Amino acid sequence: MPAIEILGLEKTYTVGFWRKRPKQALKSLHLTVEEGEIFGFLGPNGAGKTTTLKLLMGLVFPSAGSARILGMTIDDPRMKAQIGFLPEQPYFYDYLTARELLDYYGQLSGVDASIRSRRVDAVLHRVGLPDVGDVQLRKFSKGMLQRVGIAQAILHDPKLVFFDEPMSGLDPMGRREVRDLMEQLKHEGKTVFFSTHILSDAEALCDRVAIIHQGELRGVGAVADLTSSVHGQVELVWQGTAVPASMRGLGAECHVTGDTVRAVLPEDKQDAAIEILRRERLRLISVTPVRASLEDYFVQKLQPAVSVGARS
Amino acid sequence: MSTRIGHIAANTFREAVRDRVLYNLIAFALLLSGAAILVGQISIDIERLVVINLGLTAVSLFGIVIAIFIGIGLVSKEIEKRTLYTVLSRPVRRWEFIVGKFFGLAGTLFVNTFLMAIGVFGALLYVSRHFQRADAWVLVALYFIILEFVIITALALLFSSFSSPLLSAVFAFALFVIGSFSEDLRGFAAIAHGVTHWLATGAAYLVPNFSALNVISSVAHQQPISGHLILYNTAYALIYATMALCGAVVIFEHRDLK
Ligand SMILES: Nc1ncnc2c1ncn2[C@@H]1O[C@H](COP(=O)(O)OP(=O)(O)OP(=O)(O)O)[C@@H](O)[C@H]1O
Ligand SMILES: [Mg+2]
Repeated sequence: MPAIEILGLEKTYTVGFWRKRPKQALKSLHLTVEEGEIFGFLGPNGAGKTTTLKLLMGLVFPSAGSARILGMTIDDPRMKAQIGFLPEQPYFYDYLTARELLDYYGQLSGVDASIRSRRVDAVLHRVGLPDVGDVQLRKFSKGMLQRVGIAQAILHDPKLVFFDEPMSGLDPMGRREVRDLMEQLKHEGKTVFFSTHILSDAEALCDRVAIIHQGELRGVGAVADLTSSVHGQVELVWQGTAVPASMRGLGAECHVTGDTVRAVLPEDKQDAAIEILRRERLRLISVTPVRASLEDYFVQKLQPAVSVGARS
Repeated sequence: MSTRIGHIAANTFREAVRDRVLYNLIAFALLLSGAAILVGQISIDIERLVVINLGLTAVSLFGIVIAIFIGIGLVSKEIEKRTLYTVLSRPVRRWEFIVGKFFGLAGTLFVNTFLMAIGVFGALLYVSRHFQRADAWVLVALYFIILEFVIITALALLFSSFSSPLLSAVFAFALFVIGSFSEDLRGFAAIAHGVTHWLATGAAYLVPNFSALNVISSVAHQQPISGHLILYNTAYALIYATMALCGAVVIFEHRDLK
């Protein structure tokens, strides 16, 4: 049974006060997330990531389509007892202390009174807030609130967590801690579904990612599979200051520094380029493949749909 | 299920207390003791009349103001601040949230009224040195005041579930004022003709009947209240509040939380 099964979810908002017009935030999304995965949901600002998560949490209602989480419908309270959710820029009842808030959420999630306070302490410790449990949340900084947000999402030991931009607002240490936490969750057999636009985080963590742009799914798969589909490039370095005209003809991007030239060109032009250098009697220093990053794939996928089709 | 409603209600109560809502009791105490001392020179009968009239009117107005000003924000504030996201992503149904909020505010008002009632009886004891049998009717008047709060809380919650806090406050306050004159409105409907008759009748039955719930002046004049009225008012308030709450639930159940 997949952890998350999204079947054609769609969301159209109506915007405008006087003249209402529809704004399609999410176009028929189909997506399956397996149990035990760390799944990254990537896309630029306004892509529809938060909208998707709000649909899954039952906070907004779909215009079409449906979804199942842990095999249950999205309005099933039994399912909700087994998931955790960190909203984007979380905000909490600021008249409560962190400990009171977590205790209240534990009550709502049905955490037994006998283990609740121990659980609250453990989770505060886990997100790096062991000393501020008795401070009112109105005195928390943005990053501290983000940590409380993560704490409340994992408080009731859910099987599946949804994080909307978990790293936002965190300092470098905090980011690393959250990355570690997500990996621990995976080791505990949990499923993690998170949205982000920090591609290096996704690349380092995710078993699979999906890329969404303008409400439309543009690609889904393991990071390695996605990046290998991006046309590879090689970097050639030779001695001298001369760039043969025929080299530019191959589509090489050349940079002259001191007495060496660096050229980046498509992989399939490598042999032709080396041939040119030999003919010109230029001394080749190195040939290195340039590994395509998730960013390259991302940039490629965000081109207008037409040109993506033309390239592949 | 009921435990979650209880937790939400308890948290709503805690919020009101931490927002220093109960500080209104200080203003109330000052008002009442000031009045009791000021009228201390006049004859005992007038003193009782003033204390009961003034005390109960203040109890009801303070409570109405609290009910409206907290009630209108109960839902809309949580939507606006997005504190609801982490509540509704838990096994909490939307109707449980509304009902929990309702009981939380109603409970706050009950505690507030209870403390004020102690003040009213204290002032009564101060001006007339001993309780009389007719003072029991003051309890009935207080009960009716609580029924008013129940209705206003449900209405504020209903408005809060679909409109902005400011508009909700205007609606709720307007309904309170019109409701206080509902007897007159019914009288007017009876003598009106044609379209006016139907409109006035419709309005008279739609607005909460606060005329029947307001027995302050008859209690002040030591007139007894019929058991029939107690029964009628109880049933009326429960049905009215339940319908308003159901309306709030129906609207909220279908609302996108932006
Ligand atoms: N309540 C709303 N009413 C109208 N339009 C909305 C609403 N919420 C989102 N949108 C629109 O839906 C689109 C997707 O928004 P969404 O918040 O899902 O983006 P996102 O991928 O989370 O972006 P970000 O990375 O900036 O958080 C945007 O174009 C946005 O303008
Ligand atoms: Mg977002």
